[in-house]
Amino acid sequence: MTRLFVAACVAATLLAACGGNSTQNQQTSAPAGSGAGAPAAASPAVDPAIAATVTGKVTFAGTAPAPAPIKLSSDPYCEKANPGLTTENEIVGKDGSVGNVFVYVKDGLGTRTFTAPSEPVVMDQKGCHYAPHVLGIQVGQPLQIVNSDDTLHNVHGLPKANKEFNQGQPIQGMKMTHTFSTKEVMIPFKCDVHGWMNAWIGVVDHPYYAVTSTDGTFSLKGLPPGTYTIEAWHERLGTQTQTVTVGEKETKDVAFTFKT
Amino acid sequence: MLPLFAALVAASTGVLIFAGGLVTSTGSGLSVPDWPNTYGWFMWAFPLDKMVGGIFYEHLHRLVASTVGFLIVVLAVWLWRAEPRAWVRRLGYLALAAVIVQGILGGITVLWYLPDAISIAHASLAQIVFCLTTTIALVTAPGWKRGDRVRLPRDLTLERLAIVTTAVIYTQIVIGATMRHTGAGLAIPDFPLAFGHLVPPQWDAKIAIHFAHRVGAATVAALVLATAGHVVYHHRRPELRRPAMLLLLLLALQITLGALTVLSQKQFLINSLHVVNGALVLVTSLVLTLRAHRARFAGLVPAGSADDAGSAVVFAERNPAYVRGAGPVSRPETIAAPTRRGASA
Repeated sequence: MTRLFVAACVAATLLAACGGNSTQNQQTSAPAGSGAGAPAAASPAVDPAIAATVTGKVTFAGTAPAPAPIKLSSDPYCEKANPGLTTENEIVGKDGSVGNVFVYVKDGLGTRTFTAPSEPVVMDQKGCHYAPHVLGIQVGQPLQIVNSDDTLHNVHGLPKANKEFNQGQPIQGMKMTHTFSTKEVMIPFKCDVHGWMNAWIGVVDHPYYAVTSTDGTFSLKGLPPGTYTIEAWHERLGTQTQTVTVGEKETKDVAFTFKT
Repeated sequence: MLPLFAALVAASTGVLIFAGGLVTSTGSGLSVPDWPNTYGWFMWAFPLDKMVGGIFYEHLHRLVASTVGFLIVVLAVWLWRAEPRAWVRRLGYLALAAVIVQGILGGITVLWYLPDAISIAHASLAQIVFCLTTTIALVTAPGWKRGDRVRLPRDLTLERLAIVTTAVIYTQIVIGATMRHTGAGLAIPDFPLAFGHLVPPQWDAKIAIHFAHRVGAATVAALVLATAGHVVYHHRRPELRRPAMLLLLLLALQITLGALTVLSQKQFLINSLHVVNGALVLVTSLVLTLRAHRARFAGLVPAGSADDAGSAVVFAERNPAYVRGAGPVSRPETIAAPTRRGASA
């Protein structure tokens, strides 16, 4: 009994005291699924001479709530760095145009496969918010997450089809790279340190996606002629889909109108 | 000194539960992604000026937890070296084992991104640790030891009622932990009705968990009223009446805090106070239960005793410091449940 007790004490002490040294581990996480989701053999590139385009605008019919100010007092750095920060979940212009809408080809590409670009998509943590707030990326394409703030952030991705991760970035200038192995629309990101910080990433297996700017417009270029289901996703307004058929070198306009 | 230290450990465990409640209530559970380190720093070397946002709550919880863990280690060692009653020493070992498991559960719930089952187990085991440290504080206190040299009547009704009440309170807390960690705290958004009805007109898993917690609250209230009412009506012993009255007070506070948690949309401070007050309801009921069973503990004395009454005498002879000035120790008497006020006083 005595030995057992001493062993328990040692275990408890180790549990309380264990941990590394104070050296900061600035190693960014290795890409969780490096290249795993990238197609082994991409389909032939679409001939630019026949490539079609889908353009459009996303609008909101109704009265959108004004962006609300965010209370930043839990972190003095944030309070000083970005005192006028407001909520970003609904950016609606005067003409009803909606920004931060992820628009992508949901269906219609058949069995075509596309090589993921090696150039990373960058998501910055600057002024205690994510920039951009909504972004798109291809399966297998590196996502580079940067901490430009002189405060601590944790990058917490909460996908369902991909693997959840939570990485600390305590030092200004730290970067980490992550890749997604499976398409997933959308993946929420959040910083648990700063409860107001969140972002959304749409992961698709092709390059035909866009995020609307504040004027609500988008453009999907280089599409092979065909019939497509286009989906527009907004974090609060939900999703809408439309079917569009484009011929060779044709440009078609698609309008999405969300209502409350 | 030991009783004082044991009381300090019990109180610090209550503080730890409050700190843990703050972590969940503020959604800060994953604001420190690594464990046992904090953003690569050794826990106690993490700069205080970096305790911002959710890190403040999560890191504070870790600091308090490791302090309480250390205090329990000291308590267990102290009991091991100084406590003559084997069963009390075993309580110390059990508290030590429980707090070790608790620390591991706290760590893996962070590393595994707060899986419901682990988080609920972490919350539920916290209550067990609190019960153990409270029990140790109670049975090492001079007041408890004085019970060895007085003739205490038994009230079987109270003994049974108190056990059931304590068990139901614990079950209710586990349901509450399940509600918190599955995000069902506002599954029924109104109070005291549920979607404007006595019974929810619509159901899903979260509504069921939430409603179970409300039914549990009503059950706990009925049992506490029955137990406290029994004590007030039948007993004059202050060691029973005091926890009974305190239990009533804490129950009223707990129901109020529960209602305010819903009505305030889970305001984090109210929510956390609801958690820690629930723990206080549990340990107060536990204290009442243990005191109601005090006569039975007369037999739980150092080995070598022949029977419970005899052992009390043997213990008194072997530990005169414990029973200084005590009169003769006699066998605890079993009596029928009292039927009128003051019958067993």
